[in-house]
Amino acid sequence: MAANVETIEQVQAVSEKYKYGFVTDIETDTAPKGLSEDIVRFISHKKNEPEWLLQWRLKAYRHWLTMPEPEWAKVAFPPIDYQDAYYYSAPKSKTDGPKSLEDVDPELLKTYEKLGIPLKEQEMLAGVAVDAVFDSVSVATTFKGKLEEQGIIFCSMSEAVQNHPDLVRQYLGSVVPAADNKHACLNSAVFTDGSFVYIPKGVRCPMELSTYFRINAANTGQFERTLVIADAGSYVSYLEGCTAPMRDENQLHAAVVELVALDDAEIKYSTVQNWYPGDENGVGGIYNFVTKRGACRGRNSKISWTQVETGSAITWKYPSCILQGDNSVGEFYSVAITNNMQQADTGTKMIHLGKNTRSRIVSKGISAGRSQQTYRGLVKVSPKASGARNHTQCDSLLIGDRCGAHTVPYIESRNRNAILEHEATTSKISEDQLFYCRQRGISQEDAVALVVNGFCREVLQQLPMEFAVEAQKLVGISLEGSVG
Amino acid sequence: MLEIKNLHATVGGKGILKGLNLTIGAGEVHAIMGPNGSGKSTLSYVLSGREGYDVTEGEVIYQGRNLLEMAPEERAGAGVFLAFQYPVEIPGVPNTTFLREAVNAVRKYRNEPTLDPMAFMKVLRGKIKELGVSDDLIKRPVNVGFSGGEKKRNEILQMALLNPALAILDETDSGLDIDALKTVADGVNTLRAPDRSVLIITHYQRLLDYIVPDHVHVLAHGRIARSGGKELAQELEKTGYAGFTGEAA
Repeated sequence: MAANVETIEQVQAVSEKYKYGFVTDIETDTAPKGLSEDIVRFISHKKNEPEWLLQWRLKAYRHWLTMPEPEWAKVAFPPIDYQDAYYYSAPKSKTDGPKSLEDVDPELLKTYEKLGIPLKEQEMLAGVAVDAVFDSVSVATTFKGKLEEQGIIFCSMSEAVQNHPDLVRQYLGSVVPAADNKHACLNSAVFTDGSFVYIPKGVRCPMELSTYFRINAANTGQFERTLVIADAGSYVSYLEGCTAPMRDENQLHAAVVELVALDDAEIKYSTVQNWYPGDENGVGGIYNFVTKRGACRGRNSKISWTQVETGSAITWKYPSCILQGDNSVGEFYSVAITNNMQQADTGTKMIHLGKNTRSRIVSKGISAGRSQQTYRGLVKVSPKASGARNHTQCDSLLIGDRCGAHTVPYIESRNRNAILEHEATTSKISEDQLFYCRQRGISQEDAVALVVNGFCREVLQQLPMEFAVEAQKLVGISLEGSVG
Repeated sequence: MLEIKNLHATVGGKGILKGLNLTIGAGEVHAIMGPNGSGKSTLSYVLSGREGYDVTEGEVIYQGRNLLEMAPEERAGAGVFLAFQYPVEIPGVPNTTFLREAVNAVRKYRNEPTLDPMAFMKVLRGKIKELGVSDDLIKRPVNVGFSGGEKKRNEILQMALLNPALAILDETDSGLDIDALKTVADGVNTLRAPDRSVLIITHYQRLLDYIVPDHVHVLAHGRIARSGGKELAQELEKTGYAGFTGEAA
């Protein structure tokens, strides 16, 4: 890939420590610590929500109290003290909220610049509309006008609740029910903000929609809620990228992302995730417990997940597709990198319900240091899904001899003419490859980045160009110090 | 150019090189021949700095510098190139990308400006034309699915691009049919230059029919048992290594 040289240079320019380890000092409007019905009411009230949504939250909260923690994943961590976290914090604003970039707190903008996200430049140069999330409240949305012309709605979830309540009410929780699992249930009760996208019938979204998530205030659990609806015959590509400042305490993140694709619609959802993974000894780092699911509700619809997961202390994440419409297609392309003490249990579920539904899974796992990584995937074919096809390819690469890679594929087929294929490989990064590169002048770390980028190529190619470059950079940065 | 003095090296604790002496002048082509297990490949790995090949005694001076103190990539930057006996596959990495990374890495060591992708492609196109390498070879992933001949040709292409001062060819003739052998030899011959030395490591004499060396050495039991001109290679072809396989004096 053409970006490789630049990648290597950029990788060299970055120090060994976590690049984005700084904390912005902004007064936050914070709810008291702990979780109770009152906190749920507080959040709903703060956001001026309609009664039905408050009731929906409360129902979720009450159910959450009864739910056990999911324990099947191969990750280990001390029990979470839910009372020892904050559930609401918003950057203070003097007015009712910024109307444009000029109204945004300059401290915030500075933070974004440190992260390499100059909003203004992006607005002009990159053609990317950014719905930037700082802590829990969206502070800036660009390109809105341009999108509005085509009837596209791209706004924060809070705005959507105010301005498009019918759409929210119709689709919220329709893919991931509130009671789906403990983490999703908690999110349903206390979600603070997130992104909302609606693409009208027959519209091809003219630009990549992008959100940058960021966790800032100490001890603030982040509960993002994202909802993307592609109406019949529409297309949208959505990018999500995340970074977080260095913190010495574990931060809980339980996001929910729901995608709905109607007849002939296509959603491409790409993620580059680079949250603080903790230090070399596993201190600090984000707990990333995410529920992502897409419903291919319409005929010939398609949902494609692409993820590059390099950060977080613990990752628990299974972007899935429910292939309901006949001839619908689900795809999952994943690169997961774990180093030091990181733990990741990630994979996908492809649920074939409609006829002639097809799914493809390509998972590339790279484990280094003392990290543990598991691919966990389910391919399920219902009795009515005749002609269903799945191809799964699952490759693991080990760096060093103290890490672990595990593959747990589940296949449940209840239809005789379904065709399911599963391929899996496990390999070690070889001394021969590294020496070959070094003999050609390429340094050890650059050689590791090169070999690993080659290993992930099939997945990285799925990313939109600007993200592919960032992802290649991340691959190198994430594995610094993993060899020799 | 290169001076090897009383070199002793072990692999996994086992002594392989036992007092090897060799001096190579600028522009000279030397051939090291020897039976299997005599230490030929060990010598190439010691010179290129591979881990696991431990020098226990002696020294190697390259262009006035202590070569053994340098990391493999520094040696490459300083102009030491090893054409591998078994070139390594790197799946998913296009050959072009690999070649550009390598070229720019050594350019940095040499304080030369790095080439952007466009400029590099121009250089690469020139070289593949010169060496008669097929276009297809640079687009495929590094060595993946290459035939034996293609792999060796790719090594020669890398050598041409990296412009080394000392090229070590480790059994470059192994696994090649006669046509591939000729192409590879032609490639090496076009790279012969007054400021470039070549060390050819081979078991068979036949490569030396095409790349004619200035000096030929016989390696046996970890040291140079005999040195001579190009006619020594022909002599060995007739007599074999029988005279050298007994315990050296």
